[in-house]
Amino acid sequence: MLAFIIRRIGQALVVLLAVGFVSFSMFKFMGDPLENLLGQEATMSDRAELAERLGLNDPIVVQYTRYLTRVLDGNLGISYRAGLPVGKIILERLPATLELAFLSGVLAIGVGITFGIYTAIHRDGIITNAIMTISLIGVSLPTFLIGVFLIWAFAVNLDWLPAFGRGPTGNFLGMELAIVTWGGFKSMILPAVTLGLYQMTLIMRLVRSEMQEVLRADFIRFARARGLSERAINFRHALKNTLVPVITVTGLQLGSIIAFAIITETVFQWPGVGLLFINAISFVDIPVMSAYLLLVGTIFVFINLIVDLLYFGIDPRLGPTGGEGRHRA
Amino acid sequence: MRKKIVAAAAAGILSVSMAGAASAETLRWARAGDSLTFDPHAQNEVPTHTLAHQMYEPLLLRDMAGKIIPALATDWYATDNGNVWEFKLRKGVKFHGGEDFTADDAVFSLKRAMMPTSDMKELLSSVKEVRKVDDHTLHIETKGPNPLMPNNLTNLFIMDSEWAVENRCAAPQDIANGGDNPCARTTNGTGPFKLVSRVQDQKTVLKRNDAYWGIGIFPMQVTELIYTPIQESATRVSAFLSGEVDFIQDLPVQDLARIAKTDGLDVITAAENRTIFFGLNVGDADLTTDTVQGKNPFADVRVRQAMNMALNREAIKKIVMRNQSLLTGVVMPPFVNGWTKELDAYPAWDIRKAKALMSDAGYGDGFGITLDCPNDRYINDEAVCLAAVGMFAQIGIKVTLDAKPKAQHFPLIKTQKTDFYLLGWGVPTFDSGYIFNFLVHTTTDKMGSWNNTRYTNPELDKKIVGLASETNLTKRNKAIAEIWNTVQGETLYLPIHNQILNWGVTSKIDFQVQPEDIPHIKFLVFK
Repeated sequence: MLAFIIRRIGQALVVLLAVGFVSFSMFKFMGDPLENLLGQEATMSDRAELAERLGLNDPIVVQYTRYLTRVLDGNLGISYRAGLPVGKIILERLPATLELAFLSGVLAIGVGITFGIYTAIHRDGIITNAIMTISLIGVSLPTFLIGVFLIWAFAVNLDWLPAFGRGPTGNFLGMELAIVTWGGFKSMILPAVTLGLYQMTLIMRLVRSEMQEVLRADFIRFARARGLSERAINFRHALKNTLVPVITVTGLQLGSIIAFAIITETVFQWPGVGLLFINAISFVDIPVMSAYLLLVGTIFVFINLIVDLLYFGIDPRLGPTGGEGRHRA
Repeated sequence: MRKKIVAAAAAGILSVSMAGAASAETLRWARAGDSLTFDPHAQNEVPTHTLAHQMYEPLLLRDMAGKIIPALATDWYATDNGNVWEFKLRKGVKFHGGEDFTADDAVFSLKRAMMPTSDMKELLSSVKEVRKVDDHTLHIETKGPNPLMPNNLTNLFIMDSEWAVENRCAAPQDIANGGDNPCARTTNGTGPFKLVSRVQDQKTVLKRNDAYWGIGIFPMQVTELIYTPIQESATRVSAFLSGEVDFIQDLPVQDLARIAKTDGLDVITAAENRTIFFGLNVGDADLTTDTVQGKNPFADVRVRQAMNMALNREAIKKIVMRNQSLLTGVVMPPFVNGWTKELDAYPAWDIRKAKALMSDAGYGDGFGITLDCPNDRYINDEAVCLAAVGMFAQIGIKVTLDAKPKAQHFPLIKTQKTDFYLLGWGVPTFDSGYIFNFLVHTTTDKMGSWNNTRYTNPELDKKIVGLASETNLTKRNKAIAEIWNTVQGETLYLPIHNQILNWGVTSKIDFQVQPEDIPHIKFLVFK
């Protein structure tokens, strides 16, 4: 088990190094940070001098090595845009993104699995058809449109919820979180629904189809023959057997909820790391972009690790030792 | 919900203070970008200056009409020594922290703005020395006579010298060397508002400075100011429509009609200090992105004239800009010194004449060329380029459009890697000299840094350099007119339009659009 985890962390480091290098070599296509840093009155000698000071004239490999050395020292650099340490900016922004991801994750998994089970058991009927139709909207419309539509409906016309921003925050376990205050929670509803809608419908459709598949399997028929209650069949036997693919997909989707909340955060002016990243791109703020990509890489690798360990919990046959020496009953 | 709370709060207040409540006015304000830093000399950028202006003050200010008015200086004039400007400073002014404002603070702040890490230093590049004469008199000595020195001071903010030193920000924030300083997040100015709280990219709250020297001079009706950047324009407009903000900038042109039609909301408009135009590589012997071998079609003035005539500006205005532009024939907004109606006139759209000019120049069959265009910098920039592609095709010029983000577009111009490009130019000094220095003078180490036309004319360069030290304003204006005549005669640029600024306000607000896009809230009046 421990060896397995260590091996995975080793692999993760290789992945992160590669992500870092690829993104670093992409930055020269993003544009020239000097333009924003110097303003329109700058002379050619100002440009040359600043490029030299920031080390932008060095080859990519040299820049990347220098960057890595600094990161290993715990120094993520200084944001060109804000002039503040990148690590500090990201730490300030991270709670906003994490709590948003948490709420939309809970929504997506909770509602997705519930509706998935419901529509799998009740294959037809008005409610099922309604849910399936609405879920089509969730998978097919782009996040941007859904966000703007929700703002139009719930903020402009109904005036129930705020159109943008993060409401008041309260202190929870040393973090400033909006979810613990009523005003803050209200401001989270629209972005959380927007962010989680795609995942919600995806999970729902996955649970539904997997469960329908399982419900047709022989062991369910035998269970019925044994006279087990519908409840026990559906939840103890059928649901448990649909969970492995659901967890894989959910895990990966959770990663993308955190990492790619960029569009939702921009639409709702949600002050998280996604909005920070968008601003960094338009400003060619290389230190922030590098740090963000490293963060995203880390989150994905970490979530994958957790998913692998979860498999092991649900189905020991899939575990690190391949279930050797166990009975395959 | 919100309305209910307001009503309940109002009822509560009513019983406590009947008199004071009437003047308490909160303004909720949104625009696309946030201030990058509160360090007043670290970024030369409009949203950054905008917030700074509410808390800090320069010596001189451009008011809501763009006119220079006294701020921390009450009087200013060139002394008998033509290189020295004298400024009389306002007496009895206090910083938010209670410190007195004196000439020491002005000297300290201007010197700070001239340091290598300052982003404002180019505006003071002609300054040799800043001296205190007495507590309320300041001398600025320039390297040569500079008749426009005062124009450069309107965004140069004055800090309290002792406070800045105590807070470890004697020098502006330096991104290259560790960056952070406390002045990036706290302020101590003399301005009409004081900082209450700030979370960058989220919310900044200011309250009225009740000790401000301008109370009684300016309306000063806003008592609390809440600034929230909202980047996405659809969300910004929604927040305005739903009543969550009272004042928005950066209104998208497609939403103007809708807002103007909404009860209780108004759109206010003024010409912006920015001209949009095409630039051409006229200087090189051959172009890299054209289909003509061995020569440069743009080097022929007849081709440039033909293109200028083929540009159907009225169509661009009507269709691309939804009438939100002022057409022009010169790269200069109307309030800039040197502007005349004659220069502003643009050639009539005339395809037949343009075609004849093309044949005369030997390009009757046309040629192909690449147009570089930004897609996130100016209002509908890419659409303007796209419209022009069709117009140039009518005279046989097959234009390939290459649109990209500004971060990639501007370096092409600065490193002279484009032959045909769209650019917009604003004039912070409100004087033609600024345009000539950057767009007309031959590209050298110090001058012509945005002149990607590769145009060079030593005689004209001499005249441009001469402007900087000509103190006789009549002579100087004559020289400006001569330079413009040459530039227009050469059809060096193809001007399209001046952008229009639109702000949205609720109907209870009486306000005017400032041409630099910098609202000074102290002028805002509630009807």
